[in-house]
Amino acid sequence: MTTAIRVRGFSHYFGGERTLRGLDLDVERNEILGIIGPARSGKSTFLCALNRLNDLIRGSRIEGTISVDGRNIYDPDVDVVELRRKLGMVFATPVPLPRSIYENIAFGPRLAGSHDRAGLDATVKDSLEKGGLWAEVRDRLDSSALKLSGGQQQRLCLARILALKPDFILLDEPTSGLDPISTMKIEDSLRKLKKEYTIVLVTNNTKQAARVADRTAFFLNGELVEVGPTARIFTAPADSRTDDYLRGKFG
Amino acid sequence: MKSDMKGRGRNKLERTDRLVRLSLLVVAFSAVSTLAVITIFMFEQGAPIMFKYGLRSFLAGSDWYPTEKIFGLWPMIVGSLYVTLGAMVIGVPFGLACAVVLTEFSSRPVRRVIKPVIELLAGIPSVVYGFIGVVILVPFIRENLGGPGLSVLAASIILGIMILPTIISISVDSIQAIPLSYREGSVALGATKWQTVKMVLLPAARSGIIASVILGMGRAIGETMAVIMIAGNAASVPRSVLDPVRTLTSNIALEMGYASGEHRQALFATGVILFIIIMILNTVANVTSSRMKGSKG
Repeated sequence: MTTAIRVRGFSHYFGGERTLRGLDLDVERNEILGIIGPARSGKSTFLCALNRLNDLIRGSRIEGTISVDGRNIYDPDVDVVELRRKLGMVFATPVPLPRSIYENIAFGPRLAGSHDRAGLDATVKDSLEKGGLWAEVRDRLDSSALKLSGGQQQRLCLARILALKPDFILLDEPTSGLDPISTMKIEDSLRKLKKEYTIVLVTNNTKQAARVADRTAFFLNGELVEVGPTARIFTAPADSRTDDYLRGKFG
Repeated sequence: MKSDMKGRGRNKLERTDRLVRLSLLVVAFSAVSTLAVITIFMFEQGAPIMFKYGLRSFLAGSDWYPTEKIFGLWPMIVGSLYVTLGAMVIGVPFGLACAVVLTEFSSRPVRRVIKPVIELLAGIPSVVYGFIGVVILVPFIRENLGGPGLSVLAASIILGIMILPTIISISVDSIQAIPLSYREGSVALGATKWQTVKMVLLPAARSGIIASVILGMGRAIGETMAVIMIAGNAASVPRSVLDPVRTLTSNIALEMGYASGEHRQALFATGVILFIIIMILNTVANVTSSRMKGSKG
């Protein structure tokens, strides 16, 4: 196993509030790292920090470093657009663009300057297959993406990220609004995808982390309480706060 | 006894209720009926003459000599359309660019100052716009581009500026109404800010933008005072943008002072044509904006 993302002494401030406190955390290549924790524990903030989506929020400030493939992504000369392509993100609420299914997937590659129709067709098919949606939409690629069900929209958003050929997939509570069947389909896709990608999965559903994550990290109040192999975290947590959270004593 | 009093109290309440409802109905109806009376009066005055001289010669005739009973409205219809189109060509790109800059590329304090200032533009009386046109724009065109200066071009530029507030404020509102998640989604896909604007925000705000353009168009086609002052008002089809032009609205305003008999009726007929054109534009605007609401759900 090699380290793909190395986080050292990373703090994040929003206005005067310290939302992440001195994190040290590694993400190994081709693993699924699950991040659990109660609301406002800094999970999503951390995820957004990984592809600098927090730049969009005024008044956010950071300390420390995050290295992706050995390079500090907060260096001033980092190409943020390139970075966001490399670390694709799926949000809690699926947000298809108000266009056709095909155009939603082709959006990213087109932005990157690929206009070759045959190449795009292949990318769209490949991405939808990996996202587990191809069989359901192959006959209606030209219909509006807004007509898909919630679960289909979320898989579309996953496929849309895959079309960018990223190295990392960041998921922010991807199944929080979905029914159990759709959730299962997404989890199946994730298990297959980790062969090719490194995945960071933020989830409110601790059982989801138990089902799919190789390692699990527990966040509380902007702090990393502990991180370790999922089986150990769920059976023998080292910190009593982790134990309390998993037993449902708070959060 | 006690229950009797209760009953009487309720009766009184019901009577007040009915009274209020009735008076509100009268007030509401008076607004609608004013519109109805204007419409009926205008059609009653203007429609007969159109049919007397033939709808075709009235709409397509290119000569307007009202004192000799030759009523061809074609130059004015074309004039109104040219001037409105010119205003669109100038106003829409500027307005849209301004809306995008205000929503996406400027900070909140800047937007707080600029947006009210732009909306203030709508409050300047049109005669002031016309005056500025006469004093500055018309001589500038005459000296630099030739022609009389009073022209399609001058009218288009002034109208283009006059419709900016309409286009900007409605476009800004519809771009701001786009959920943040659209922006996040697009940026997370590796789009730059400009790519996000071009490929996500403008298409998502499309119906609002179209509605703003159509409302601006309605304002341009209905404007009278500023146009009379700078368009030259010759009742002939202009051959270039530097030629003078007369619009439907100017036609009514210029001649109503001395018109009588059939001439007066022909001016009402001009109003009827204008009324129909504006009705069509409003209907289109309503349909597009209601479609916008529909697609959000």
